[in-house]
Amino acid sequence: MESIVARAGLWLVALMFAIFMFVNAVDTGFAIHMAVFGLAALVGLGFSLVKTNYLAAATGTGVALDQGKYDDDLVRAGVILTTFWGVVGFLVGLVIALQLAFPLLNFEPFLNFGRIRPLHTSAVIFAFGGTALISTSFYVVQRTCRARLALPGVARFVFWGYQLFIVLAATGYVLGITQAKEYAEPEWYVDLWLTLVWVAYLAVFVGTIMKRKEPHIYVANWFYLSFIITVAMLHLVNNVNLPISVFGSRSYPLWGGVQGALVQWWYGHNAVGFFLTAGFLAMMYYFVPKQAERPVYSYRLSIVHFWALIFLYIWAGPHHLHYTALPDWAQTLGMVFSVMLWMPSWGGMINGLMTLNGAWDKVRTDPIIRMMVMSVAFYGMSTFEGPMMSIKSVNSLSHYTDWTIGHVHSGALGWNGMITFSAVYFLVPRLWGRERMYSQRMINWHFWLATLGIVFYASSMWVAGITQGLMWREYGADGYLVNSFAETVQALHPMFILRALGGVMYLSGALIWAFNVWQTIAGNLRQEEPMRQATYDPAADRPLVAAE
Amino acid sequence: MANKRIDEPTGVETVGHEWDGIEELNNPLPRWWVWTTYLTIIFAIGYMIVYPAIPLLHSGTEGLWGWSSRGQLAAELKAANEAKGETLAAIAAAPIETIAPGSDLYNKAVAGGRAAFRQNCVQCHGAGAAGNPGYPSLKDDDWLWGGNAQEIETTITHGIRSPDDAATRSSLMPSFGRDGILTPAQVNDVASYVLSLSGKAPNDAAAQSGAAIFTANCAVCHGNDAKGSRAFGAPNLTDAVWLYGGSHDKVVASVTNAHAGVMPAWGAKLDPVTIKMLALYVHSLGGGEDFVEAPTTPAAESGNAQP
Repeated sequence: MESIVARAGLWLVALMFAIFMFVNAVDTGFAIHMAVFGLAALVGLGFSLVKTNYLAAATGTGVALDQGKYDDDLVRAGVILTTFWGVVGFLVGLVIALQLAFPLLNFEPFLNFGRIRPLHTSAVIFAFGGTALISTSFYVVQRTCRARLALPGVARFVFWGYQLFIVLAATGYVLGITQAKEYAEPEWYVDLWLTLVWVAYLAVFVGTIMKRKEPHIYVANWFYLSFIITVAMLHLVNNVNLPISVFGSRSYPLWGGVQGALVQWWYGHNAVGFFLTAGFLAMMYYFVPKQAERPVYSYRLSIVHFWALIFLYIWAGPHHLHYTALPDWAQTLGMVFSVMLWMPSWGGMINGLMTLNGAWDKVRTDPIIRMMVMSVAFYGMSTFEGPMMSIKSVNSLSHYTDWTIGHVHSGALGWNGMITFSAVYFLVPRLWGRERMYSQRMINWHFWLATLGIVFYASSMWVAGITQGLMWREYGADGYLVNSFAETVQALHPMFILRALGGVMYLSGALIWAFNVWQTIAGNLRQEEPMRQATYDPAADRPLVAAE
Repeated sequence: MANKRIDEPTGVETVGHEWDGIEELNNPLPRWWVWTTYLTIIFAIGYMIVYPAIPLLHSGTEGLWGWSSRGQLAAELKAANEAKGETLAAIAAAPIETIAPGSDLYNKAVAGGRAAFRQNCVQCHGAGAAGNPGYPSLKDDDWLWGGNAQEIETTITHGIRSPDDAATRSSLMPSFGRDGILTPAQVNDVASYVLSLSGKAPNDAAAQSGAAIFTANCAVCHGNDAKGSRAFGAPNLTDAVWLYGGSHDKVVASVTNAHAGVMPAWGAKLDPVTIKMLALYVHSLGGGEDFVEAPTTPAAESGNAQP
């Protein structure tokens, strides 16, 4: 009983705090955000009052958590939200692609490019990617440790707290609240909230690993752990800000000038490295061998490439600041660490692809495997392209051009998107106890639409980027620049339209995906010729309960 | 480890661990992978020896090749300036009116001016110099402040109504409507009159009533014939060129609230040679007028003067 009172009391305090901040708010955006925060506290309060089993609490006969079953409630919610955020993020991406091609589509002030571009990047990286990472990590860590999730209450706080972070960040961008740091746009109070959530996440994850019934920690968990720890470190250092008022949404960063730029790109590059690479490699290391039903290619390679990757990645950030005020020595180090990163990144690709040794026929028969293979192939391509673009002479052409945008999207759409889709396709039938996905043929449609979409996107941006780079540096016979900036923009217009077309394809694939997930959860099964699927034994999908 | 077994399809031994059905093979690191890793490391070390790389107490190591990004920039700028140096010196030495259209020096100056225009002027005047509402086209022969190279050079150097330049070109049309000099009906009539001059409105009663208002209020700057005056930058109102729009509503708006557009004094930002090249480029766009010596000497080439 005391615990119910304590929990409800905590929510009440949070609600009071939000009201206090709301009343004292010095700007509208902050007031709106405190109202959102208060609403979340109210929902939390309602849940803890309604969901409590009062009879059990009063008589002291509460049912203990079933340690013989995995705790998958959050994973189920996570799969649905991953799908939802994915579709939202891709849709906003398509809108901004169209805005670039047709500037008339900028609707001032809430839906102009400047505000919804971070909405797109955060929706796909942090909402779609982050929710996928948190929910798959909860799934994978339980299975590979053969133990139920530690600290179930804290885990719920992590999951829903992260969703609140997404809502605060997204509404903030549209309202014009931003600290104007790429991929770190949320303001100081949202940063503080995320810090709280992230520390709790670390506790849940490490707690579960400590409960494990397996002698060793599986490689996927090394990657998840490195992702959680490093993102915590990056987030803290890049967001050392002084708020102008504790009741307002504006703040100033402590790091200024070139130091600020370096910290920002140390953060920005490692957000790619540890969020989009290490975290998703963790997904790859679990779902690819599970779906292929083959052993991981090389244990030794997984050890060596893991340590090489996390050691080298953290130093590569300065390659974002070539030919700037950053000292030359720092630029050099950023470049050479990026070049050395090539092979450690490819270690993951080798382990992913070669795991199919002895099962290559499944690429033909299993649409999920096909998607995974394409994902790892895009991973390999982007992690070659990245080190190449970090070389200063290449960078002097590619920097500030759409080539960078193409590079990011071949990684994000190809690698992150495809591995997440295939993980969701793997998870949904297992989490809801269905025989298979509603339609495996639709997975195939999704695969082709997504692949073609990426091809359109990446190739149009390569052409656009190189055109742009060459036009910027074109000198005439008299030694003067040939093109004005507006002329280079005009030259890219057809490429911008092709890019948007790629976006339409990718989004259509994602809509098929969402439909397929929805139908599977609803319990429907499309009548069609079956394709290959991985075997699943629900009886074996349980934690080991030691005699304790 | 007890659970080691030989994986049948590949013939490779497993390590013996198992997690949720996932096993791991004991394959060695691929040789090509190891050697490429070593190669990138060797490349990195070599690169760090020849380029600035190691941070020290106050700066970093300079590298064997002595390269620096600032040094490279300085060298490239120096080479570019040397390549252009002779031309630039010749342009600097020649008074602008002596650089004859079609001459080699003129063409070189126009090339330099085009580049400077693309960087500094396109934002208002447009990439093709065709202008925008409020920003005049520089391709026609309709000049507010004068269209020979010397006059254009003066306009660029000192700007128009530029608050930071004492020698700026300046004039101020009153806001006849806003300041109550004319009633709205009078503004309406004078607009009708002005538009009737270029045939855009009928010569009706309103226009005829506007004629008298024009003579009393506008002719002092725009001239009795309304053909404008370059002394005041007062535009010709009888042609088809309208800086702020030539519809009746737009003309009424201009008379009610005068515009007084501003152009920066580029003398404060660009060097004299660049400005000279810019002036010649603008001059070359189609409407450039010939330089005419002071009125004491009758113009020798008056045939070329633009109307």
